[in-house]
Amino acid sequence: MLKSLAKLERLWIALAAVLLGMVVGIFFILIVGRNPILGYQALWQASFGSMRDFTELLIGTTPLIFTGLSIACAFRTGLFNIGAEGQFIVGQIATAWAGYFFTGLPTLIHVPLALCFGILAGALWGAIPGYLKAKAGAHEVINTIMMNYIALYFTHYLVNGPLKGHAFLPVTKEILDSAKLWRFMPPTRANAGIIIALLAALFVYWFLWKTTKGYELRAVGFNPLAAEYGGISVARSTVLSMMLAGGLAGLGGAVQVLGIQYKFYDVFAFTGYGFDGIAVALIGNNHPLGVVFSAFLFGFLGRGAMRMQSVASIPKEVISIVSASIIIFIAAEALVKRLVPRFTKKGGASSEYNRSV
Amino acid sequence: MQPIVRMEGITKIFPGVKANDCIDLTVYPGEIHALLGENGAGKSTLMNILYGLYKPDNGRIFVKGQEVEINDPNIAISLGIGMVHQHFMLIPPFTVAENILLGVEPKKRIFLDMKEGIRQVQLISERYGLQVDPLAKVEDISVGMQQRVEILKALFRGADILIFDEPTAVLIPQEVEELHKTMQSLVAEGKSIILITHKLKEVISMSDTVTVIRRGKVVANFKTAETTEAELASTMVGRPVLLEVEKEPNAPGEAVLEVTNLHARDARDLPALKGINLQVHQGEILGVAGIDGNGQTELVEVLSGLRAATQGTVEVKGRDITTYSPRRKTLAGLGHIPEDRQKRGLVLEFSVAENLVLQSYFQPPFAKGIRLNSKEVRRNAQRLIGEYDIRTPDEGVPVKSLSGGNQQKVIVAREIDRNPDLLIAAQPTRGLDVGAIEFVHKRLIQERDAGKAVLLFSFELDEIMSLSDRIAVIFEGQIVDILDAADANEEKLGLLMSGGKVDKEVATEYA
Repeated sequence: MLKSLAKLERLWIALAAVLLGMVVGIFFILIVGRNPILGYQALWQASFGSMRDFTELLIGTTPLIFTGLSIACAFRTGLFNIGAEGQFIVGQIATAWAGYFFTGLPTLIHVPLALCFGILAGALWGAIPGYLKAKAGAHEVINTIMMNYIALYFTHYLVNGPLKGHAFLPVTKEILDSAKLWRFMPPTRANAGIIIALLAALFVYWFLWKTTKGYELRAVGFNPLAAEYGGISVARSTVLSMMLAGGLAGLGGAVQVLGIQYKFYDVFAFTGYGFDGIAVALIGNNHPLGVVFSAFLFGFLGRGAMRMQSVASIPKEVISIVSASIIIFIAAEALVKRLVPRFTKKGGASSEYNRSV
Repeated sequence: MQPIVRMEGITKIFPGVKANDCIDLTVYPGEIHALLGENGAGKSTLMNILYGLYKPDNGRIFVKGQEVEINDPNIAISLGIGMVHQHFMLIPPFTVAENILLGVEPKKRIFLDMKEGIRQVQLISERYGLQVDPLAKVEDISVGMQQRVEILKALFRGADILIFDEPTAVLIPQEVEELHKTMQSLVAEGKSIILITHKLKEVISMSDTVTVIRRGKVVANFKTAETTEAELASTMVGRPVLLEVEKEPNAPGEAVLEVTNLHARDARDLPALKGINLQVHQGEILGVAGIDGNGQTELVEVLSGLRAATQGTVEVKGRDITTYSPRRKTLAGLGHIPEDRQKRGLVLEFSVAENLVLQSYFQPPFAKGIRLNSKEVRRNAQRLIGEYDIRTPDEGVPVKSLSGGNQQKVIVAREIDRNPDLLIAAQPTRGLDVGAIEFVHKRLIQERDAGKAVLLFSFELDEIMSLSDRIAVIFEGQIVDILDAADANEEKLGLLMSGGKVDKEVATEYA
């Protein structure tokens, strides 16, 4: 009873924050001298205007679900994984390689195998800062950031060197057909990646709240001293959590390659999925279900930004302001409660809704 | 005489709890009015309403005869209400004067006039006889002194109604005595004091009148002179309470815990344990008495595997477990009620049910392969909630929403239910109210009577003396003496605790 109430409250806050953010947006659209109605129409149309738009929304959302889950997972153990970006990239390249290197496999084997390469690469990328934290106390924020750069330049080297698959472009060979994810709505690019993302969210929920390891990770996240007292190894949990986080981001990279790109492109600059994932996790309250919702919100805003620019000539920076305001409103929960009268009566209720037992 | 504060029909409802249910409170000028109740009875809620931190759902407040609406602490302060919080609201790196002046600093144009400020602080501290060093940093002064700063802060803002929230919780006995004197002199100056407490002794020794609250309702008003500790206790708890521990003589068996020449270092890497030797037998409570900071914390941590020993051995039932991890020590038959329940003993955000399996979640029936068997976890919790009378809406609420006493019951239930051979209980009743203390004491005695070994650490000498069969005194990392409880008295223990020696012959004379 109390539980569902608190849950509902969270949802209301998120919705109210979105609306408030859009109100702030109106102000800025007017400042740049454009028509907000036209703008928000374009925003909506970009994701829900046509079937094709909707499938592109799914495609844009998929990687954000993975990176969001990655960050949420680490956060539940009290770790800040700023390295989803790098884990995503190494996942991409490992998967691309596995996608063309193994020949003669049926899809049913080749796809999972290639995905596993992505997961393992990402997990390794997460495990290194995890291990450094557990063994030497080195702060994971610094080390995951460093690992991002290593990923960026290491793959840059690979795709320009040993894994170069094109005469003059810095890309790998294209993966074999047997490694490609099912596109269920041709000619659109909609593919099984979104399903894998939703399954990953389910898995994270199951793992964190329904297994003994998940219990350990959450205990360490909430109170490492009590976890230690209870006989839980904080060091081991730290490494495991970072591996899990890395694996999820790596899987995101893998899905991106097998579902959309079909090859690894030199990234030159960060994709941004890993960094957006931080905001996705924050808005999703580090809960798998919340992450799925907020990834959709980000996917929606991301697509809308481009459309608002092309259709309503609203600079895409304005939509950045809108998303930033939404984040601020969600972070400033108390402010939203005050601005939206609905909440003022209730007050005091717990906002924690992740209770399994 | 006109009351200085009158609260009428105050009701405050939190989701799921009626914290205050139509409470009336009348305080007269120049009195010390105790507000007595168990933890969670609604005392602090009521005072937070008076101080403007909460808004009541119902009821009226009169201050000095005027009906007032107190929406925030600034209004309360302007009405002359000051609060001395249990957890001080001070800024540690600031000086005493800076803390007292915070927000009401004297200014010279736009500049801070610290000289004038210090003068004002000295003036007020002299006026009320509360000596402080205005230039000392708050982080460098004792807890008792910090409390004095907190009081001066309220007085400086013109408070003539002072609310003291559990003021003795953090003080050592000598400081309690000082505080008592301070309160007397404040009242002599015409101030009125509301004293929030759950300690009966304090009510009797410090207050003039007392209002007893139970589960959000006023159950009685007394003139302190006309009541007794026993009457207050039963009124507060709602049933007769045994203030004395009842126990049969014990029948100790063989040694369960044997500690030999144990050494360890503290968090700052200084020697904290310097050769501890002790034994605890089956069916025995060994109490360890000592002043805080003499190695008790480190000893408990080494015994439970949270700190490494640098030398010496710890044996449980003949098995050397010195270097075991906490998990292996638990499995070897050790139970541990930690001294800081919120920091060590509980994952506050976890549910009651989850906390009750903190050491056993990985074993059947709670684990099924890698899965956590939520059904069993819940069932286990429901059973323990019943057996140990843990007051909670259900097993799924976060343990942080429980009162301190009930949080402690969660730990006690968990540790005792695992049926350990050796139970280490560190400050098991700290911050608990009478009812909960009685409960914990009974459980510890029951464990002893069931043939378990109990190692009890406490700063409360009364507790050590009433529960223990033998008493070990720890001083500067060594056990300086072990006495039979029958031979021990407060003077003897006090002497040993401060590093003195008790002449054996004198000791026998005392006995």
